[in-house]
Amino acid sequence: MTFSTIGTVAKRGATGFERKRTDLAGGLFKAVILSALVVSLLVLAVLLIDTVVDAWSQLSTRAWDFLNGSLRSRSIDDKLGVKQGLYGSFWIGVFVASTAFPIGVGAAIYLEEYAAKSRLAALIELVIRNLAGVPSVVYGLLGLFLFVERSTIFGFVGLGWLADATGGRSVLSAGLTLAVLVLPIVIITAQEAVRSVPSGLKEGAYGLGATKSEMVWTQILPYAAPGILTGTLLAMSRAIGEAAPLILVGAITGGLTRNPELWDASGLREKFTALPIIIVEWVSERGRDPGFAEAAAAAIVVLLALVLLLNMTAILLRNRFERKRG
Amino acid sequence: METPDSVRGSLSLAALAGSPRRVRKERLISRVMFCAALVSVVVSALIIYALFSEAWIFMRDVDWSSTWGELGWFPRRGIYDMPTLLVASLWTTLIAMIVAAPLGMGAAIYLSEYARPTHRAILKPILEILAGIPSVVLGFFALLWLAPNVVAHIGGEGGRGSMLTAGIGVGILTVPLVASISEDAMAAVPKSLREASAGLGARNAVTTVRVVLPAAVSGLVASLIVAVSRALGETMVVFMAGGAADAAIRTYSPYDGSLTMPSAMASLASGTDQVVGEGLTFQSLFFVGLVLFLLTLGLNLVGDRFVNRVREQY
Repeated sequence: MTFSTIGTVAKRGATGFERKRTDLAGGLFKAVILSALVVSLLVLAVLLIDTVVDAWSQLSTRAWDFLNGSLRSRSIDDKLGVKQGLYGSFWIGVFVASTAFPIGVGAAIYLEEYAAKSRLAALIELVIRNLAGVPSVVYGLLGLFLFVERSTIFGFVGLGWLADATGGRSVLSAGLTLAVLVLPIVIITAQEAVRSVPSGLKEGAYGLGATKSEMVWTQILPYAAPGILTGTLLAMSRAIGEAAPLILVGAITGGLTRNPELWDASGLREKFTALPIIIVEWVSERGRDPGFAEAAAAAIVVLLALVLLLNMTAILLRNRFERKRG
Repeated sequence: METPDSVRGSLSLAALAGSPRRVRKERLISRVMFCAALVSVVVSALIIYALFSEAWIFMRDVDWSSTWGELGWFPRRGIYDMPTLLVASLWTTLIAMIVAAPLGMGAAIYLSEYARPTHRAILKPILEILAGIPSVVLGFFALLWLAPNVVAHIGGEGGRGSMLTAGIGVGILTVPLVASISEDAMAAVPKSLREASAGLGARNAVTTVRVVLPAAVSGLVASLIVAVSRALGETMVVFMAGGAADAAIRTYSPYDGSLTMPSAMASLASGTDQVVGEGLTFQSLFFVGLVLFLLTLGLNLVGDRFVNRVREQY
C-alpha cells in the first residue's frame, strides 16, 4: 500500500463520521458572545472618533497655541489652552515616578525576597490588596487630611509641618496623594516581576558568595526591570488620568493666572490645576459658552495621547519580554 | 597532614559569616526594604484614622434627623439626607452592571474559549486600552454622546445628564475589569475538563456553558463583585454626567439627575468656595467617605475570597 492510498482511506473514514448538520444553537451562542466583544470595541471606536471630531476645530487650526495657551473665560480667545494643566499633570507624573517607584519596588523586594511566606508578609499583602480597591475619592480625603489641612493625630502628633512643606492646595500635595494612590499598583506588578526571576539566577549569585542585597542588585533587579517598568508606566498613566482626588485636594480652574514653563519648579507649592480638571471645568462651562465643548474635546485628545502613549509602551514592553523569555 | 594556620582560619565559621561591615550593610538594607513595605500599612492606618476621626465629629454633632427622611442632599444648608445618595448609588451601580456584566463576560468567553491565538493577541491589548481610558473622558462621552444618541432613545433627555446616562458610562468603564477577571477565572479551568467534554462529543458551546462556566463560577461572581465595588466608588463619570451639581433632591427615577456618594463628595469639594458652608460640611465629606470606604472594603474582601476559591480548586 502506498502512502497516497492510506491518505484516501483516512479521508473517506473522516467524512464517514461527519454529520452534515449545522450547529444552530452553537452558532447563535458564538454570535451572541462575539457581539459582546464587538460592542465593547465599537464603543471604544465611537468614543475616540467622536472626541477627535469634536476637537478638530481647535486642533486643526491652532494645535500649538492650544498646547501653549492658558485658561480663559471665553472659548474663542486666542490664548485659550492647556499649558497650565500640562504643567500640573507633568509634575504629578514626576512625583509619582520619584516616590511611588522606589518605595513600591523596595516593598515588592521585601515581600518576595526578605519576608517571603512569613505571616507578616501575608498581612502586608492583604493590606496592599485592599488598598488597591479603595475608591480614588477616599485617597483624595487622605490627601486633604495629610497635606492640605493642618491635622493632628490623636491630638498630639501634629501634621502642620506637612501642610507647610507642601504649601496646602498645591501640585506637590496632589502629586504625593496620587503617588500614594498608585503605590499598590506599583507594588503588585513589581512583585509579579520579582517572582518571575528564575531561582537558578539567585542560587548562582549566592554560590559565588553574593550577599542578599548583592544578589538583588545584580540578578533580580536587572531581570525584573522590564516588568517593574511596565507597572510603573501603567501607574503613571493611571495617575495622570485621575481627577477625583485632585478635586478633593483642591485643584482649581478659576483665577489661575500664572502659566509657568514645564520645568519651572518654582510653581510646585502654588495653586494648581491639571489636564483632567481642565476637562471637567470646560465641560461644565459649555452651557454658558458652547465653544468650550470643543475645547474640552481637544484637551481630552491631549490627555488621551499622553495616557495611551504610556499604556501602549507598557503593553508593548511586556509583550516583547514575554515572547523573548516565553 | 597538618593544615596551615592561614587556611584553617579562613574556613572558620566566623570567616563564613562575612566581614562585619558587610553584615551591617545587609542589616541596614533589609531594614530600609522593610520600611518601604511598611508604608502601605501606614497609609491604610492613616486612611482609617482620617476617615474615623473626622466622621466621628460629624456623627457626634450632627442632628440625626437631618440625615434621614429629608427632601434631599443639601450639605451647604446642613441637610444631609443619606437615602438620596444611597438610592442614586444603587441606580447607577445597577445600570452599570446591566451594561458591564453581559459585555464583559461575553468578551471574556469569546477571548478565552473561541478566539484564535492570533486574534487574541490583537483583541486583548485593545480591551486593555479601554481599561486605561481616564474616567473624565468617559464622563465627557456619556454626557455629550451617550445622552443625545442613546439615552434620548430609551426615554431619557438628551440635553442633560441623569443617573441613567452616568450609569451607562460607569458600565462602559467597568467592562474591561469584568472581562479581565472573568477571563482569568476561565483560563484557570484545566484543559483536561474541556478535552473530556469534547471527547464525549459535546459541541464547543455546550462545553463552554456546561463545563467551563460552572467550573469558573466563583471567578465570574468575583468579577461582578469587584465591578460593583468599582462602580460604587466611581466619581468623575457621575460627577459630570449624573445631572446634579452641588445638591440633589431625592428621586427614585433613573431618568432624573442625582448625586451618588463619591460624586457628592467631589461636588462638595469643588467650586470656588472649596469646602465651606454650614458647620459640619467639611466633616460630612469624611462621613460619606467612611460609608463608601466600608462598603467597598466589604465587597472587595468578599470578592477576594471568591477569586481565591478558584485558585485553590485547580
